[in-house]
Amino acid sequence: MAEMDTSSGGGHHKKGPGVKKAKKLSTRVDLTPMVDLGFLLITFFVFTTTMSQSTAMNMNEPKDDSTQVMKVKNSGAMTILLGKGDQVYYYFGQLEVDKLSEQFKSTTFKQIRDIIVGKKKATNIDDLMYIIKSDKQSTFKNAIDILDEMSICAVPPGHYAEVDMTATEELLIRKTEEANGIK
Amino acid sequence: MPKVKIPRKSTTIDMTAMCDVAFLLLSFFILATKQKPPEVLSVAPPSSISAKAAPDKSILITLTKDGRAFIMLGDETKKADILSNINLAKGLNLSPAELKKWEKSPFIGLPLNQIKSSLSLASEIPANKMPGIPTDSSRNEMIDWVKSISNVYAGTDQRKLQEMLLVKGDNAALYPAFKNIKQAFKKNEIFKFRIVTNGEAVPVGSELYLNPPKAN
Repeated sequence: MAEMDTSSGGGHHKKGPGVKKAKKLSTRVDLTPMVDLGFLLITFFVFTTTMSQSTAMNMNEPKDDSTQVMKVKNSGAMTILLGKGDQVYYYFGQLEVDKLSEQFKSTTFKQIRDIIVGKKKATNIDDLMYIIKSDKQSTFKNAIDILDEMSICAVPPGHYAEVDMTATEELLIRKTEEANGIK
Repeated sequence: MPKVKIPRKSTTIDMTAMCDVAFLLLSFFILATKQKPPEVLSVAPPSSISAKAAPDKSILITLTKDGRAFIMLGDETKKADILSNINLAKGLNLSPAELKKWEKSPFIGLPLNQIKSSLSLASEIPANKMPGIPTDSSRNEMIDWVKSISNVYAGTDQRKLQEMLLVKGDNAALYPAFKNIKQAFKKNEIFKFRIVTNGEAVPVGSELYLNPPKAN
């Protein structure tokens, strides 16, 4: 009782002279991993708080002046229609009743970029006009994506416009959706 | 051979101080960085290549997945004026005490005829239960809200207002709701506003990538 036996699992027998004392276990904790953790958390906060800033896209709306109907050359016009289920339809110039089946094409967002660029390269910049029409069942994402495509393909503002869809076009889209299976 | 004993010194460094510094820096970053405005409504915006940052103080019109529209008046200096303007314009008959209470709410998401009754409730209606500001073509109350906002900002620099007007829509929100919001702006002679999007890099090889616009 006079002395504290610090050896682990101290034996009950008396230690004789010459017997080595059991090793004292160190109580020091190595703090290196804690520091690593601390710095990891710091870098996490540094990066996430600066990168969470959302960006804003500018929108320019034309004046709804019914007296001034914009004249667009048929040769330079491309109409892009946005439908249900991320579907994109397009045609060049004006829709002609007898040539509908070959004029009205459907595609996806991935392919529309090449088509837009192709049209842009083939047309005089003064005649170039992309007419964008959105269906009632297209989403907000579709509308923003197509405007983004205009920026990506470097179409100058003033050469694309958002317009209401005509009844004929709506009918065409419905028919195409039925033919391809409602998506 | 004489035993040359190389005096061995301990190579362990006491890491306590380093740990203190690390946690001090951590606390600094957690507290010093701005808290994002409370996002009561979860909206997943689409992504765009636009690189302009969204302003901190903004008048944000949020369009949720199911087509409900909410307004968050971020500019505290003009908030009271906008609310009292619409109170007078639409004859809501709100008392000054009710107006003060309304000012405290973070966002507006009720049709105008429900505002007075909602202010008499003890607790606030959660965002998910609010029906949102009506934007159907038959009754587009957004037009009235934008009118009040543009009235209050009438004297100031219009470009500042254009930078502050933000529309944040969910990816899955249907187009007609967005179209009605655009109508609300057009009817009030506002032709420029901004859409909140997530940033995305310019696609490699595209026209914009090959000919970046000159920085002005």
